[in-house]
Amino acid sequence: MTLELSLNQQPAHLRQGSSIGQPLTRRDGFLKVTGAARYAADNHPPGMLYAVLAVSSIARGRVALLDVEAAKAHAGVVEVMTPENRPPLATDPDAKNNPFMFRLDLLQNDHIRYPNQTIAVVIAETLEAATEGAALLSPRYEAQPARVGLDGAESFVPGGVGIGSPAVHHKGDVEAGLKSAATRIEATYETPAQYHNAMEPHAIVAAWDGDSLSIDTPSQGLAMAQGRIAGLFGIAPENIHIRSPFLGGGFGSKGMISGPQVLGILAARLVGRPVKLVLRREQMYGPVGHRAPTRQTLRMGMDSEGRLTAIGHHARTASSTFDDFFEPAADASHTLYASPAIATSHEAVRLDTGTPLFMRAPGEATGSIALESAIDEAAAACGMDPLEFRQRNYAEVEPMTGKPFSSKALRECYTQASERFGWQRRPLQPRQMPDKDGFLTGWGIGTATFPAIMFQAEARAVLRADGSGLMETGAQDMGQGAWTAFAQIAADGLGLDIDQVDFRAGSSDLPNAGIAGGSGHTATAGMAIHNAGAAVITRLADLATRHEASPLFGAGNEGVLARGGRLYRRDDESRSESYGEILARAGLAEIDGRGTGTPDSASREAYAMHAHGAVFAEVKVDPDFGQIRVTRLVGAFAAGRVINPRLVRSQYYGGMIWGVSFALHEEAVTDRRSGRIQNANLAEYHIPVNADVPSVAALLVHEDDPYVNALGIKGVGEIGITGTAGAVANAVWHATGVRPRRFPIRIEDLLG
Amino acid sequence: MTSLPLTLTINGHRHELEVDPRVTLLDLLRERLELTGTKKGCDRGQCGACTVLVDGKRINSCLALAVSHDGAKVLTIEGVSHGEDLHPVQAAFIAHDGFQCGFCTPGQIMSTLGLIAEAQAGDDPERIREGMSGNLCRCAAYGGIVEAVLEAQEQLAKADRRTAA
Amino acid sequence: MKNFDYIRPTTIPDALAAAAEPGSAYLAGGTNLLDLMKGGVTSPDRVVDISRLPELNRIERLADGGLRIGALVRNADLAHDPEFARSYPAVAEALLSGASAQLRNAATVGGNLLQRTRCSYFYDTASACNKREPGAGCDALGGENRLHAVLGWSDACIATHPSDFCVPLVALDAVVEIEGKKGRRHVTLEEFHRLPGQTPQRENGLEPGDLIVGVRLPAEAASFSANARYLKVRERTSYAFAVVSAAAALVVEGGKIRQARLALGGVAAKPWRARSAEAVLLGADADETSFVRAADAALADASPSGDNAFKIELTRRIVVRALMSALAGTPGRLPALPASPFSSIPGVRHDA
Repeated sequence: MTLELSLNQQPAHLRQGSSIGQPLTRRDGFLKVTGAARYAADNHPPGMLYAVLAVSSIARGRVALLDVEAAKAHAGVVEVMTPENRPPLATDPDAKNNPFMFRLDLLQNDHIRYPNQTIAVVIAETLEAATEGAALLSPRYEAQPARVGLDGAESFVPGGVGIGSPAVHHKGDVEAGLKSAATRIEATYETPAQYHNAMEPHAIVAAWDGDSLSIDTPSQGLAMAQGRIAGLFGIAPENIHIRSPFLGGGFGSKGMISGPQVLGILAARLVGRPVKLVLRREQMYGPVGHRAPTRQTLRMGMDSEGRLTAIGHHARTASSTFDDFFEPAADASHTLYASPAIATSHEAVRLDTGTPLFMRAPGEATGSIALESAIDEAAAACGMDPLEFRQRNYAEVEPMTGKPFSSKALRECYTQASERFGWQRRPLQPRQMPDKDGFLTGWGIGTATFPAIMFQAEARAVLRADGSGLMETGAQDMGQGAWTAFAQIAADGLGLDIDQVDFRAGSSDLPNAGIAGGSGHTATAGMAIHNAGAAVITRLADLATRHEASPLFGAGNEGVLARGGRLYRRDDESRSESYGEILARAGLAEIDGRGTGTPDSASREAYAMHAHGAVFAEVKVDPDFGQIRVTRLVGAFAAGRVINPRLVRSQYYGGMIWGVSFALHEEAVTDRRSGRIQNANLAEYHIPVNADVPSVAALLVHEDDPYVNALGIKGVGEIGITGTAGAVANAVWHATGVRPRRFPIRIEDLLG
Repeated sequence: MTSLPLTLTINGHRHELEVDPRVTLLDLLRERLELTGTKKGCDRGQCGACTVLVDGKRINSCLALAVSHDGAKVLTIEGVSHGEDLHPVQAAFIAHDGFQCGFCTPGQIMSTLGLIAEAQAGDDPERIREGMSGNLCRCAAYGGIVEAVLEAQEQLAKADRRTAA
Repeated sequence: MKNFDYIRPTTIPDALAAAAEPGSAYLAGGTNLLDLMKGGVTSPDRVVDISRLPELNRIERLADGGLRIGALVRNADLAHDPEFARSYPAVAEALLSGASAQLRNAATVGGNLLQRTRCSYFYDTASACNKREPGAGCDALGGENRLHAVLGWSDACIATHPSDFCVPLVALDAVVEIEGKKGRRHVTLEEFHRLPGQTPQRENGLEPGDLIVGVRLPAEAASFSANARYLKVRERTSYAFAVVSAAAALVVEGGKIRQARLALGGVAAKPWRARSAEAVLLGADADETSFVRAADAALADASPSGDNAFKIELTRRIVVRALMSALAGTPGRLPALPASPFSSIPGVRHDA
């Protein structure tokens, strides 16, 4: 609750008594446990109609016929939107000006380029009528053969992978390194297409008032969504108001506004009434992104002491036929293990699927399970304990760039997690740990890492004459805890108790908080909040220190402290004044200040910035059936400053269970002939259930990072999935002696 | 299509309604009665987000035709707490961080109430995990959920003992 | 879903009369029917809601020592009936290993027998499916079929029956009570479900308008209570359909098998009674050697219908394990993870 102001500003979190670091329960908890938290689809403006998508059942071709009349004849159906009558757009939805601008299917023509692409929208008085109206369209198609699977088309080297990373990278001579190696391994791993499957389907409630647009929709990036919609409709961004107070999960799929969300806006335009459009679960398998499949080949050479001499990591992946997102899987080898020679490369094919997108740890997750499996294979080839092997190849500087790390407490993660887990009792060879019930038991390790990314954000802080404060930023809470963590940062930034701070977020009419993605939201918007707090305190201090009547008069050069709603002289804390007194004397009801959160380019040039972790997994495998259960997971993570340990732990748990899911469960099964996903539901697209994860522990390893940003925050949202997926795969090997090479690991792979 | 008469007692309030027979209990609650706490995650009985208690038992309201439950007593998340006073299950979910995004939470809480009423799981965490496996949580707050169930049960048992004494 | 007439008869005769019209479907728990209607797989013109019919919701002991379970008894109520669970532990275990607690509270005994397959090509109305549309063809053949049938399939259909409940029931000689135009009749569960042949749309012995009113277990079924298990391999620990499953029940005296029952799930279009295996077991030593022989006999006619050869070996193994588990004795209390291979692992606290 203190903020010091001086040239060498000591960040608030470095002192006792601050809100930062406290394990507060969620401030939105009450709303969420009472059902009062309002998600997009919970809105119901007067006069609202229901829109339901009709989607393509073919992967490629065109719509030849739609029975619009039959749909319209159904009682309650108001309108059917097709390419014939879809309201005009100001921009071509197929235009692309930057890598974050994804091409959308907005009924611009009758072409079909993936299954579940929208071919019409039926708008009706009731959900039931709209749903049946969509069924009555009974589309006829002219179909072309679908291109399916990583071998389904000619491959090429993409211009870039992820967001702007070169497809091919190298340092040193990998071939020479492999040649000189005492031991070598080469292995190929396959990962499937996965779908985000947030519990909340994408939903929108849209209402037009002239050229003003009011929207309730989940968004991980309000300002970007606003800008995209403004461009599509040719209206000013400030005429668009998006509310997204709660997302029912995002995981990347709500990062960009998706086609179906824009179709809801178009439907509202067409009928001149508010419209609600909610995707059906099966409709989420196509237009809202997915994690692309990969096939990755790892080659590693080791000298006689188990030191890596070379890492080669090649990934084949897929994008859609009409847009670019290339899963940067091989880039996972850039940052983790020291090697004199590293080469990473990507190739891709174009398939008749929706465009892949960021999905929790894009590239890192897919790359990590392959890299961590290969590292384990390398350790085994060297006859070394896989933890010892990882420590032997510990990267003191970022391997690909040679930059020093801004901070890296990975050694401590290895130590704490392995001690907690009991790793030292692990036999080196597989199949050595049968338990009393006859299960094969195995222990595996994976190293976790994720870059400490920052975007751009703004915040506005207000101090009021009644002594309270306000902090505004359009931050997005998708479960990571933005409502709570940002309020904690805001309280410290304003030098107030958290209960004195009114925190506003989740709305596009607030300052741009950037995107809730890349595990960078807390750092980015957090810094904006921190700086906005500093700005308004500076104004307040100015009012006080320049006024003769203030006990702080003349303290300008010495600095003041802000704490508990009062400013104190830094050199004499017996002299202080409350915020209210200062504002009252100045005759001001309130003052405000603005701050931005932005990466510091100089420090980012000088340092490599990553969070790290170590994950240990125990699996039990039925020796006859190959059914697997992850009976224990222990992770230790170092990710800079922890704003709220309770919420951070939950992020780690969630990420780690995503890792389990990656290794054992998730896979979209596509029919090789039709290109349709055969398990586009939650009964057969498996994500873990409660019984799948009996015991998960996450240890928070202290890490100070003076370079990453003034608050020392890295990010925690995605790192948990990395490391864990590989740890589970490696534990399965340790239990069974079978090295998993395709994921998810299937029963038939372990039957022997 | 003619609408059919339907009487339901929801959270203690009697509702006399006329509904299209196609309307599910879930869509009735959400789209016609403004009880939007109950969530639709899959609409096919595969996620548990729509769990409510009907005549004291937890069911997936997405796979229930409203008209088929004429006369039933329905409890939704909106009827669990009284004003600011949270039910012990709700309080325990907050205390143990048994949720993140919160979307599956109403279903988890209703399912917990059902689970406790069924009295099959006791305080065995494995039985609780199995009993709560019909409620998917993509944020994977499962550990906190199990801890919340255990604590809530304990609190409720204590309260029962106090009442008995 | 399309509009339908909704009728809620109050007597069985009224229900039969209401359902006599073509295009009618009975609604009980709705957990499968509504799912199918939402997917456009089934589109009845008339829904006959039998969920309130009196007298179908009771569990009755019969004079001959048998048991009659009303068709509308909910899965959970049956499984948690203490006397039922004691007498027919494998049935209770199978029930509790299926679906979720919520679904088990709604799903009924009769409805469980009539569950449709989870074959994705049956559910995907854009695919060819002889079951959904006779004569259309079968896209599961040559498709994504690693979980499809290995016994009793035909070139017209390779789907499996998804029920857990039916597997021990068929092992225990359960009988289906059917009320139809011509009165009440009894059909063994084994005969009730049909193999696909060239008419996979004919899944069971019901005639249009027929209503399942109950399921009977003969007196003998309870004689296995000390040695009966249901075991199920799944791709996640709970809330998943069986990859394969097995119900095994034994009566053992002096180390010899006096009576044996074995049925398999997830392997065929019907719950699969493995009579050839039972014949091998009868009179044999109650040991693993006999069980392996029984497993070989059970799978003698198995063949892959696609990328699912592994299921044959897996089924062989689950047969042996289910028999071993049955021999070891019914556990005193139903395991925490019913029917799971992991049911023996004691529970630990999260973050322990």
